[in-house]
Amino acid sequence: MNAPRTETGLGGERGVATIPLEEIDVSDPRLYQEDVYFPYFERLRREAPVHYRKDGMYGSFWSVTKFKDIMQVETHPEIYSSEAKLGGISITDRPMAYRRPSFISTDPPRHDEQRKVVSPIVGPGNLKNMAGIIRERTARVLDGLPRNEPFDWVSQVSIELTTLMLATLFDFPLEDRHKLTYWSDCATADVNAGGVVDSEQKRLEILSEALEAFTGLWHERKNAEPGYDLISMLAHGEATKDLVDNPSEFLGNLTLLIVGGNDTTRNSMSGGLWALASHPGEYRKLRENPGLVPSLVPEIVRWVSPIIHMRRTCIQDSELGGQTIRKGDKVVMWYVSGNRDEESVERPDEFLIDRKRPRHHMSFGFGVHRCVGNRLAELQLQILWEEILARYPVIEVLDAPERIYSNFIHGIRSLPVEIPT
Amino acid sequence: MPKITYIEFDGTEHLVDVPVGRSVMQGAFDNNIPGIDADCGGECACATCHVYVDPAWFEMVGSVPAESTEASMLSFAAVTEPNSRLACQIPVTRELDGLVVRMPEDQH
Repeated sequence: MNAPRTETGLGGERGVATIPLEEIDVSDPRLYQEDVYFPYFERLRREAPVHYRKDGMYGSFWSVTKFKDIMQVETHPEIYSSEAKLGGISITDRPMAYRRPSFISTDPPRHDEQRKVVSPIVGPGNLKNMAGIIRERTARVLDGLPRNEPFDWVSQVSIELTTLMLATLFDFPLEDRHKLTYWSDCATADVNAGGVVDSEQKRLEILSEALEAFTGLWHERKNAEPGYDLISMLAHGEATKDLVDNPSEFLGNLTLLIVGGNDTTRNSMSGGLWALASHPGEYRKLRENPGLVPSLVPEIVRWVSPIIHMRRTCIQDSELGGQTIRKGDKVVMWYVSGNRDEESVERPDEFLIDRKRPRHHMSFGFGVHRCVGNRLAELQLQILWEEILARYPVIEVLDAPERIYSNFIHGIRSLPVEIPT
Repeated sequence: MPKITYIEFDGTEHLVDVPVGRSVMQGAFDNNIPGIDADCGGECACATCHVYVDPAWFEMVGSVPAESTEASMLSFAAVTEPNSRLACQIPVTRELDGLVVRMPEDQH
């Protein structure tokens, strides 16, 4: 199932049981790249559900590992702040100069004002408008896939479909849409992952290209009639119409919107196929009953947990899970752990496509910051699986996915597949 | 036992018994009534149990408490009206026997 690979030297099941509790550091990105994090969180949920790690790889922080405790943090923004200047929403404390505010890293009431400007684009009315174009593109991409030869699902399907979606949301020139993927990946890269982004300065240089492109679009759209794309909405929205005057906040919100709708959905498209391929009984159940797609989709999102954690900073002393969290403490909600908490999710370590409450998972978060695009993500996944089931008897996955080095984005870099005729 | 009527957006009506102490949301869930999603399971944390309280019952149920978590979450739901509430925050009481609620077109 989720057997840790002991050759990585990361502990494996026996190792995890013997490490002193205070030495457990679940911020190590290798745990997620190697897919071996499960036993660490099992132990924490059992022995130290709210766990303090001093001086770990990503500083000193509280880990919140149980679903109910994560919910507690999510629903009290007046205690657990998302503010960028306190550290924002990921475990990494960027140097001040590189912190860019956006509504994800802002508390109410300002958060609420900014979120409401963009939420209509992913609201029920607009989803109905977009469903047709999503289905058209999904059909075209699937019809163009090779048969009886290996290819990479991630690049040919997951990236292709989500980039098209992103370009539509921004009304970005389609021929340049690959830039959106590039900028998104640069926005979220861990500087130690060995990629192009090896420093915050480098990240900012690359993202400045995005800022320039979007500033251009802003001025175009501002001078035109209000439209239904994100740039137009921001340019005309009461709470955001001056956003362009604060480049750091403008860039912060742009990256939020690019990232939010990008690799999360991408990784669910890849991870969902891997989940079905590695649970052939469920895959067969799905093929025999395509009516299960509406419960398949949220289960994929739970299973994949595209966002590994979200972080808060405590702004008033409070009790959580029997521990005292002090003002200034970093608090990390491990969504990957909440999603496997057997006290809140039935049979959590099983991939089951017909759960009674499939949406009862942490992957979109909860509370005022709950993923604004969650229904759009589900819509894309729903259409993808409907169209796959209408076309292909089975998709064979040829090898396990290659994952990215990150403790934030649960990313799949490649997934080799073949579709037999 | 109190009887609650849930009316789907397309007009389909469901009349069910809901025990005192369950929430209006739980009543829908227990009876498999479509149109209330309740992703968070009743923690006032997702706004997907949004309902419109029938005008005849609105005074009895009450409007959403000002400056509450419910008010905050409800403000993010699509197409809210003055009689909007989150069903997980309406406990069923004997006085609510006969309550009628309508579901919005979509939960978001």
